[in-house]
Amino acid sequence: MSSTVLHPTYIATRYVRALLRQPYYVAVTLVQPVIWLLLFGQLFKNVTQLPGFGADGYITFLTPGVMVMTALYSSGWSGMGYIIDMDRGVMDRFLVAPVRRNSLLAGQLVYQVLLTLVQSLIIIGLSLLVGARFDGPVLGMIAFFTATVLLGIAMASFSNLIALQLRKQETVIAVVNLLVLPLSFLSSAFMPAALAPNWIRAVAGFNPVNWAVEVGHQALAADTDWRFVLYHLGYLLVLAIISAGLATRAFRSYQRSV
Amino acid sequence: MNRGQSTNAIIRPGPAVLQAERAIQARDIAKTYTGNVRALQGLSFTVKAGTIFGLLGPNGAGKSTTVKILTTLSRPDAGEAWVLGFDVIRQPEQVRRVIGYVSQKTAVDLEATGRENLVLQGHLYGMAGNELRRRASELLDRFGLADASDRIAQTYSGGMLRKLDVAMGLVHRPQVLFLDEPTAGLDPEARAEMWREISHWSREDGLTILLTTHYLDEADHLADRVAIIDAGAIVAEGTPEELKSELRGDAIQVELNDLQPKETVLAALYQLGDGLREVTLDRRTLRARVDSGAHAIPAVLAVLETAGITALAATVARPSLDDVYLRHVGRAFNDADKGEAR
Repeated sequence: MSSTVLHPTYIATRYVRALLRQPYYVAVTLVQPVIWLLLFGQLFKNVTQLPGFGADGYITFLTPGVMVMTALYSSGWSGMGYIIDMDRGVMDRFLVAPVRRNSLLAGQLVYQVLLTLVQSLIIIGLSLLVGARFDGPVLGMIAFFTATVLLGIAMASFSNLIALQLRKQETVIAVVNLLVLPLSFLSSAFMPAALAPNWIRAVAGFNPVNWAVEVGHQALAADTDWRFVLYHLGYLLVLAIISAGLATRAFRSYQRSV
Repeated sequence: MNRGQSTNAIIRPGPAVLQAERAIQARDIAKTYTGNVRALQGLSFTVKAGTIFGLLGPNGAGKSTTVKILTTLSRPDAGEAWVLGFDVIRQPEQVRRVIGYVSQKTAVDLEATGRENLVLQGHLYGMAGNELRRRASELLDRFGLADASDRIAQTYSGGMLRKLDVAMGLVHRPQVLFLDEPTAGLDPEARAEMWREISHWSREDGLTILLTTHYLDEADHLADRVAIIDAGAIVAEGTPEELKSELRGDAIQVELNDLQPKETVLAALYQLGDGLREVTLDRRTLRARVDSGAHAIPAVLAVLETAGITALAATVARPSLDDVYLRHVGRAFNDADKGEAR
């Protein structure tokens, strides 16, 4: 096998191993979605009775949004690992080895994808436990997982980009917090687009978080608009590629400054 | 790269290194960081294959920057450099395959075990399977880490981490090794041990080593050639012996009882004529170079006494690299060392 496959695998293995040594980390990342699901699920139980809501139950409606937000947060922290590696000199050691920069990034993204998938499966399981129903086909579930993963890749790459450029953990934390909540509220994560004000609907059309959530609403329901799903998966793919490309380039600016 | 079966030697250089006279060559390399921090202003030197070259200078002199450029981590603004004939700017990939780099920081993944750190490092250099497993075990034994090899590096002591760090730089059997401050922060015993290892790699295994240090005794002890670097430029270069023999005679040092105006001291010494050279007064420490220390000391003490200046102690020393540094940089090493680290 060539190094284009092997190097990312070795890098991903490093992160997975570190994660397996602290499984409680996964548990901690799930505390927030569980609170969203249980608390919001109870709090807004009755909004489904509003005319125009059109979903079975609020938990069913809320699940895609919670999954997407969880993926956003845990991908957003991705750059923190880079900063630790830079501070410790581990990054320099990788850059002095005959390894491509995109292999370093790809390995870490593979790990983020695995983490996102595990978290998503757990959240889906929890939602089903508390009464959510997903009537769509299995293919719909796959499509939504793909959307979540693509958005996660875009977010992780963006976080790595910030880390490589600005090299401060505080900055990464600030940027993630600044992005995740507003982008989530400017989407149909909590409220169907039909019930949102016009300006939010207009903004949401350009909001990648909304693309992923809408794919979820579409793909998990029985009457899926496949054209809509495919288009938005396409947008997310383009976003993920651009974001990953920019992060790879950021290695150069990091190297100029060492 | 040589991936053959290892003999007793921990590093076996490939044939290329034996033929290459100049393992490292730097020509007029310059680097300015953003904010106009001038790190290097045109550095040139050559390191012969199989030798140890010491870059000596205070923190902030540009040693680490030089190493970062030669290891392809950083790009120079001007100048050229080659490692085993490969251009560090145009052929970074080839350079990376033949070098090992141990940075000033201990670059170990603390969440992985010692063995996992070594194996990942080997993987990145294209090693795999039994060969890599054997190599990792061999290095763990060699550095006395065998018992700790399957423990998370977080549990290692500072000395153990440093050893693991150096071992990681050697996994892929590099032909040229860059050691940035290899013994900074080590206790004397660990330091002596590291010195023995470094000498061994050079003398027995034929590895070319460039090391930076701000310890004069380290450069004196280990390096075949030394370049003294200050404010981004080389101020002196040669074998430690050559550098020391440039200085004629002994160094004398007199500790004065209390702070004295420079003029008073110099006026007192004036009557001794040209017998005293390179006189400096650094707070209460008077230093000078003389042909014979044994003869000069009584005379110096006598004139000081006459001028009412009391001396607490007087010493005579054969020239050391410290004196060489003092002469070229014009201030004592420890003072220059207070500069900002880079």
